[in-house]
Amino acid sequence: MLEQQSVFTTIKKNRLAVTGLIIVSLFFLVAVLAPVIAPYDYREINVQEMLVPPGLKHLCGTDDLGRDIFSRMLWGARISLAVGFVAVGISTLIGILVGSLAGYYGRWIDSVIMRFVDIMLCFPTFFLILTVIAFVGPSIWNIMIIIGLTSWMGVARLVRAEFLSLKQREYVLAARASGASDARIIFLHILPNAMAPVFVSAILGVGAAVLLESALSFLGLGVQPPVPSWGNILTEGKANIEIAWWISLFPGLAILITVLGYNLLGEGLRDALDPRFKK
Amino acid sequence: MKHVPLLFALHIFILLFHSGSIAADEPAYGDALIVGSIGEPSNLIPMLASDRPSHDVSGLVYQGLVKYDTDLSLIGDLARSWDITDDGLSITFHLREDVQWEDGTPFTAEDVLYGFNTICDPATPTAYAGDYLQVKKAEVLDSHTFKVTYDKPFAPALGSWGNIVVLPRHLLEEKKITESSLSRKPIGLGPFTFRTWAPGEKIVLDANPTYYDGRPYLNQYIIRFIPDQGTMFLELQSGAIDYMPLTPMQYTRQTQTDYFKNNYNKYKYPSFTYTYLGFNLKHPWFQDKRVRQAIAHAVNKQELIDGVLLGLGREATGPFVPGTWPYNPDVQKHPFNPDRARSLLAEAGWTDTDGDGVLDRDGRPFEFTIHTNMGNPLRLKTATIIQWRLEKIGIKIDIRVLEWATFLNEFLDKRRFHAVIMGWGIGLDPDQYDIWHSSKTAERELNFITYKNQEVDELLEKGRRIFDIKKRKKIYNRFQEILAEEVPYIFLYVPYALPIIHNRFKNIQPTPIGISYNLEKWYVPADRQKHRLLP
Amino acid sequence: MILYMLKRLLTMIPVVLGVTVLSFCIIHLAPGKPTDKLSELNPKMTPEARQRLEQYYGLDKPLHVQYLSWLKRIVRFDFGNSFSTDSRPVIVKIWDRGVPILDRRLMVTLIINVLSMLLILSCAIPIGVYSAVKPYSFFDRITTVFVFVGFATPAFWLALLLIILFSINLGWLPISGIKSIGYDGLGFTAQMFDRAHHLILPVFISAFGGIAGMSRYMRSSMLEAIRNDYVTTARAKGLAEKTVIFKHALRNALLPLITILGLSIPGLISGSIIFEQIFGIPGMGQLSFQAIMGRDYPVVMGLLVISSILTLAGNLVADMCYALADPRIRTK
Repeated sequence: MLEQQSVFTTIKKNRLAVTGLIIVSLFFLVAVLAPVIAPYDYREINVQEMLVPPGLKHLCGTDDLGRDIFSRMLWGARISLAVGFVAVGISTLIGILVGSLAGYYGRWIDSVIMRFVDIMLCFPTFFLILTVIAFVGPSIWNIMIIIGLTSWMGVARLVRAEFLSLKQREYVLAARASGASDARIIFLHILPNAMAPVFVSAILGVGAAVLLESALSFLGLGVQPPVPSWGNILTEGKANIEIAWWISLFPGLAILITVLGYNLLGEGLRDALDPRFKK
Repeated sequence: MKHVPLLFALHIFILLFHSGSIAADEPAYGDALIVGSIGEPSNLIPMLASDRPSHDVSGLVYQGLVKYDTDLSLIGDLARSWDITDDGLSITFHLREDVQWEDGTPFTAEDVLYGFNTICDPATPTAYAGDYLQVKKAEVLDSHTFKVTYDKPFAPALGSWGNIVVLPRHLLEEKKITESSLSRKPIGLGPFTFRTWAPGEKIVLDANPTYYDGRPYLNQYIIRFIPDQGTMFLELQSGAIDYMPLTPMQYTRQTQTDYFKNNYNKYKYPSFTYTYLGFNLKHPWFQDKRVRQAIAHAVNKQELIDGVLLGLGREATGPFVPGTWPYNPDVQKHPFNPDRARSLLAEAGWTDTDGDGVLDRDGRPFEFTIHTNMGNPLRLKTATIIQWRLEKIGIKIDIRVLEWATFLNEFLDKRRFHAVIMGWGIGLDPDQYDIWHSSKTAERELNFITYKNQEVDELLEKGRRIFDIKKRKKIYNRFQEILAEEVPYIFLYVPYALPIIHNRFKNIQPTPIGISYNLEKWYVPADRQKHRLLP
Repeated sequence: MILYMLKRLLTMIPVVLGVTVLSFCIIHLAPGKPTDKLSELNPKMTPEARQRLEQYYGLDKPLHVQYLSWLKRIVRFDFGNSFSTDSRPVIVKIWDRGVPILDRRLMVTLIINVLSMLLILSCAIPIGVYSAVKPYSFFDRITTVFVFVGFATPAFWLALLLIILFSINLGWLPISGIKSIGYDGLGFTAQMFDRAHHLILPVFISAFGGIAGMSRYMRSSMLEAIRNDYVTTARAKGLAEKTVIFKHALRNALLPLITILGLSIPGLISGSIIFEQIFGIPGMGQLSFQAIMGRDYPVVMGLLVISSILTLAGNLVADMCYALADPRIRTK
């Protein structure tokens, strides 16, 4: 285990990770403060001001109903990030649970679980997500849950691997010898020590989920308008891209920068936490 | 400024140089029309398909006994003439003798009878049996005379003998129609014959040299499948397609450049569809007529036409299209008036007692969901504007966009909805029994809003049993008055159809039934032909 | 080796079965019936007509009966007939013997994916190796930025921008489709050129994210390889740096790449759905999307099973290659 202090200094040294952290915090702030910063109500329709180019009145222009893109993007940050966080929360929880069961108990439980992981890994995830969403309907909750339910396998494998190596450690054996319950050993003794890679993969996962939501939106199965997400603002702009490039450009950039932020932060953390990459 | 594409390996488009000596606008044979289509046909046997793209193609390959003329009256197609008995109960069709199927087999009354028997056969998975099940007896009198007899007078009878029922008996008999290769490779008798179908890509039709009304001028009719309207527009711009329907935004804002003005013609005419907001009348809130009228007053139809259709549509006031004979312009309108809306709601008991901006009654806030189907951006925009307007009078709206099958099965059929934004395509016969009659409210039937009005029932029953247009008009006028007053739907708008076509195609004349009715007469002057006959 | 293969094959059986069960369950838990699609709110559709349609498609039978009869058939690659009104067998939709081999859906998608895989490898390996050999150099920094940006770019958004640039503004490339309208009239060479012309953007777009990911992967794999004892030994022996890098380190760094390639198959299949939708390419992805939206159960199930089996086969091949290349695996 690395000391908190050293992780922090490594991150600080890693300029990419710092950039990532700044981007992530910035967007987080924007999402939280959306109602305060947004110059207009994101729902406000004005058919007299359709497709106004970016300018002083509308920083990022307006869409084909005369709504202010900038305000919609701010609110969209909330939605997109919410999708990212909740989906990753779900997948991480499932991954931890499944992975620790498999890793801790081993034997047939491990075999059954890992076979199931194999099965899930065989499916083209995006195809699966599309299928299920097309069937249950693309509400924001469904999207979060389904992305979560189909992307836990990586975490499960990570946790399992950590458990396999950690459960033979002396402090675990000692805890077991002193009669601690399985749950106690799993959650209090092993898990905290297995969390570092999980944390990294969760951060990377948020970026991936934001991208996934935008791809779903592109196919019309993402968060449904008029609730704005970056993906659906972008997609709504697609039809008018030649006469109103701003509708698609800004949310596309927002997605790019956010995902970039999470990836930089995630990779930076990985470098910091993984002793092999220390110079 | 349009850049000419530098295709590095393509020399298929042999452009003829303009030479002043050729008369410019003489009809000439040749060239191909390339049409963009969002959807791909599912089945080219007309009675087995219920989707628009299938009918667009099969409509060019098959013909019916009758068809609609440009003035919306019925004229003969494969039937040279017909006699209707005075009681209206039987029709005798006299078929053309000079028609043959593409393979050379003559077309006879047996083909019609075969088609009729097939459509009525319970084993045929068709959505169109309804009109034909009204027939008591169908018989072949001689090789080119076909007679049908009805139990009761049935006004839509004649119009139903379009191209759904005529099939090549000699190619289908003794086989299950669902397993026939004709669903992918139709053999017809219309102006065009089927050539190839590359799934996901295109369908190619050739001019039919033996078409009874003369070979079409165009050599080929090619339908390219491009699932996205934006992409299709880009293809149009690059010259890779000649003909597509435009969205209002494309029509008004994206085709104003010199390039489009110099190379394309745009058309606009009212489509035979209307879009509406329908209420679930089983829901207690919407049973109160005042509530429905209030919502009608809160919706600004002109704003919808401006915002959604960019002015390219007309206000709808009932279930018929303005300009058609059943249409009644003098019905009660509910002009945009939020104050009137608020007072009507107050009368019905809806006021904002807790000051949270949302009306309430008996402690429950006025909050409901509008459902609409996916894949129709205009409907979603409509819903969004209505949501915004209703919020201003204190009604909170959620919008749910649902995939079509889920929408029908889980919500519409089970009556699990508050309100829907949908559209109906309007047939040319005014019979709307299936949509408005109180007997059609069972699960899966089309009166899904559960509208019940005794007078409407009587009018609908009478309307479909009378042939006289003047008498029918009176009946349907009254029918529209009742609907306008009771507001089971808020009839929103009738959009214009907005096709764009490359201007080398001549003899295109917009009429009330659109532009493609005389496709076989379209031509490209010899000096402007683009595509040479492909091998 | 044979024993290892057999063992590997045996472990695949429950996975394959699981895949079929899961595909079947997912689809049958969905609300709605495919026959809804056929009736599309048609005013002339009577309830009897609807029921008739349902019976025709066997939807009135219990689920396990439907599953077993389906399983029996898919063993023979008979995925049933499509629920869409064309009612064609699923396998024909995927692999239609009636059309030229290059136009069959599976082939179209395979060609694009193989080409993009080749593009990925031919870009990612040099980039990754070079970055690893000279870590934190200028080149490494530039490529790292590219990798991160590439990884974060929504591919469909990039596709949209590139279409506008190359197809509309410059007019260099076609917008959509896989061949021109006049294709049939061309000679063989011109036909191949025409196809290649249509493939440029789709292949580039589908490779874009992969190049980023793979070069990142290659970099770290190479970094690890260079740190290994045998490299140090090789260096100590006084071998030329070039020999050390390319002969010793690269060979070992490429090994895990095999596994990664196998694992990336589902991703490619998923990606095809989006690219084929953007570029109007008549491949498996387009078919998947149509089938999903149209609730064409047999096609969706068929595609889920086929793509999972393709993935399994890919993994198996990757494992075999790995085992061949690295004897330690076999004996484990």
